[in-house]
Amino acid sequence: MTVLESLRSRLGAEAELSYSEFRDNHRVVVGARWAYAALDHLKNEIGYDMLFELTCADYLYYPDAKDRFGVVYGLLNTRTGERLLVKTWVNEPDPALQSVVPLWSGANWLEREVFDMYGVRFEGHPDLRRILMPEEFASFPLRKDYPLRGRGERHNFPVLARADG
Amino acid sequence: MPLELLDPLAGPTVDEKDYLWTLNFGPQHPATHTTLRLILTLDGETVVKAVPDIGYLHSGFEKLGEDLDFNQYVTIADRKNYISPLANEIAWHHAVEKLLGVDLTPRCKYLRTICAELMRLSDHLLCIGAVALDLGGFTAFIYGFIEREKIYDIVEHASGQRYHTSYTRVGGMQYDVGDDWIAKVRDFVKGFPKAYADITRLLNKNRIFIERTKGIGYLSKDDAINGGATGPVARASGVVRDVRKDEPYLAYKDFDFKVPCSTAGDCYARYIVRMREMEESIKIIEQAIENLPSGPLNLDFAGKATLPDKKAVYRSIEGLIQHFEIIMPNRGVPAPVEEVYAATESPNGELGYFIVSDGKHRAYRARTRPPSFIHFSLFPQLIEGHQVSDVVAVLGSLNIIAAELDR
Amino acid sequence: MAVAARNENYFLTTLDAAASWIRANSLWPMPFATACCGIELMATASSRFDLARFGAEVMRFSPRQCDLMIVAGRVVMKMLPVLQRIWLQMPEPKWCISMGACASSGGVFDTYAVVQGVDRFIPVDMYVPGCPPRPEQLLQAIIDLQEKIKRGGTLTGVEFERRKNPEGPPPFDPQELKRRVLRQEQIPRGRMMKVNSDGTERDRRDGP
Repeated sequence: MTVLESLRSRLGAEAELSYSEFRDNHRVVVGARWAYAALDHLKNEIGYDMLFELTCADYLYYPDAKDRFGVVYGLLNTRTGERLLVKTWVNEPDPALQSVVPLWSGANWLEREVFDMYGVRFEGHPDLRRILMPEEFASFPLRKDYPLRGRGERHNFPVLARADG
Repeated sequence: MPLELLDPLAGPTVDEKDYLWTLNFGPQHPATHTTLRLILTLDGETVVKAVPDIGYLHSGFEKLGEDLDFNQYVTIADRKNYISPLANEIAWHHAVEKLLGVDLTPRCKYLRTICAELMRLSDHLLCIGAVALDLGGFTAFIYGFIEREKIYDIVEHASGQRYHTSYTRVGGMQYDVGDDWIAKVRDFVKGFPKAYADITRLLNKNRIFIERTKGIGYLSKDDAINGGATGPVARASGVVRDVRKDEPYLAYKDFDFKVPCSTAGDCYARYIVRMREMEESIKIIEQAIENLPSGPLNLDFAGKATLPDKKAVYRSIEGLIQHFEIIMPNRGVPAPVEEVYAATESPNGELGYFIVSDGKHRAYRARTRPPSFIHFSLFPQLIEGHQVSDVVAVLGSLNIIAAELDR
Repeated sequence: MAVAARNENYFLTTLDAAASWIRANSLWPMPFATACCGIELMATASSRFDLARFGAEVMRFSPRQCDLMIVAGRVVMKMLPVLQRIWLQMPEPKWCISMGACASSGGVFDTYAVVQGVDRFIPVDMYVPGCPPRPEQLLQAIIDLQEKIKRGGTLTGVEFERRKNPEGPPPFDPQELKRRVLRQEQIPRGRMMKVNSDGTERDRRDGP
């Protein structure tokens, strides 16, 4: 039974599943509401025991994109060496997903980074706060509508002259 | 961020005890791992809880990936893991070439393999040197640095820069190497065992080193897999995985080398795994340099990705046009509208890139899968119950590079 | 830096010269190593390009015991208050070397998070270009700084009190956020500008 069939039988037909391959990546797309269940099934029943990647991309300017944020989970089966990329789509306003920290402890910081950079919230995360940017930073930097050079935050500091030292 | 502390006791497990005190292992500190901050909650000398605070070197690498060409971004990519720069470039171009669907020439594969293994040596020498330095053994650090200077010389001979070389390009490398470079690598390979023996004699059976690293920072196999650890950190805990053997890329299929693993999972095991990996790397370099295939280095790749030979530039109009078109921003390599993930075995672990492309000459999203970030998230569970002086030992053994951590 | 003529007698000017000579030849660096330049700093301090022969072997990581801060590597906005605090913690006389392109001007990282030159926020005495600078460049910078100290140093450090105004570029220039990379500006606008549906122009690189 392939991974896709196994997921379909577990989640049902309405879970918006689709499968594709590109170069040697195997990709599965699943709807946001079934993402946690799909990952749970993949970890506990099929055996993808390592989460090697949890990231997001903002498809705002992407040609033919229907949703805005694509959150990608990278799973690895350490026994057989197979990899799988699971993608879910979330949208503005208030993009949110269920946190996979109960499944893999390594997802803790990865989800915090996705929150910091994109604003996607993870429900059930033990400590969802900014990780790379300062706490008081007001925007989500990796979104496409945030400019590369920022909006002046980088130079908002007091200046020290030599005599002040 | 202002320098008041985050409330370190406001975590999932809060113990309101009066005698616990907080120590800020601040972003500026002597342990040679640059800018990371730990807020340690201590009971006397024992660490009860460690909360890492990172982001002190976050420079917007991934945002730059959306702005720069595939060939331009290599300059940024190699400023990530700055103790083995060429490894980052090889990983970046491995992912880009997977996206574009190109296969390299044999000579390029061998050359990149040699560079990757030299960088592995460079990284491990510095990591071991830094661990020794933090634990007080300055000599091992200096021994490591002398060998690294020789590696810098080799890399400088090939690419012109000791350090952030920007040597790889889509489909090839920037410059080809000649016989004098091959002779240089041979000399290095001949001279390395002596330096390796020096470091081994200094540290392997050194009682102080063993007592400070054995049993410290134990990472179990399940925790390693659950936490996403890869590379020497995971292999020292018993996770037998190496991208070079499991999903061979470049020329690794042609070489005979072993992958050292251990089940002990502590700092000393990580040190031993790194030492053995250096031995294996020298074997790979030796085999590669003896069998370096001749032939073209760079791909022709529809004439769009690599700089043409200078003779062609001056003698033919096509060469001249290609030379300019590569530099111009709105001509470039046509990429498929797809996304791809590709990983390589960098010295620190599995360094992968997730590239989303929208058909232009630059990535739409260039995400780095940073091994240091994932390993540093394991740090709090490794240090619990140990002493303050073990913090540097564990930090060193995980080989946290701040630029890869924060990007 | 020339010292203005002061009403000092011969005895004190000789003391000034002696004090400057002593300070120049025993600079104790405080390596504020953030990134890649930190590794080149370590390489400069190790045996091939020995920094110790210039008196700067003692890399004390405590600001209270140092007199030369070498900012090696990019400084991001989260780190800048830490940098300022450490600068203020260092006792007089102190000097600052900004090592590398990132510390001097932001380097390759013209992004939302990186400070475009630490001289916007702290006073810098010597800049070392390079990405990363070769150890020989850093040694040259230390030698030049020694020259600078010997030329203008005083026993009591009066020359620092005169520098009341910030000397670096102003922290915020609204134009810089719109500035394109130099190479792009040199391209004829026709290639980079696209026309919107209402006839106005937009830059191709800002979106589809």
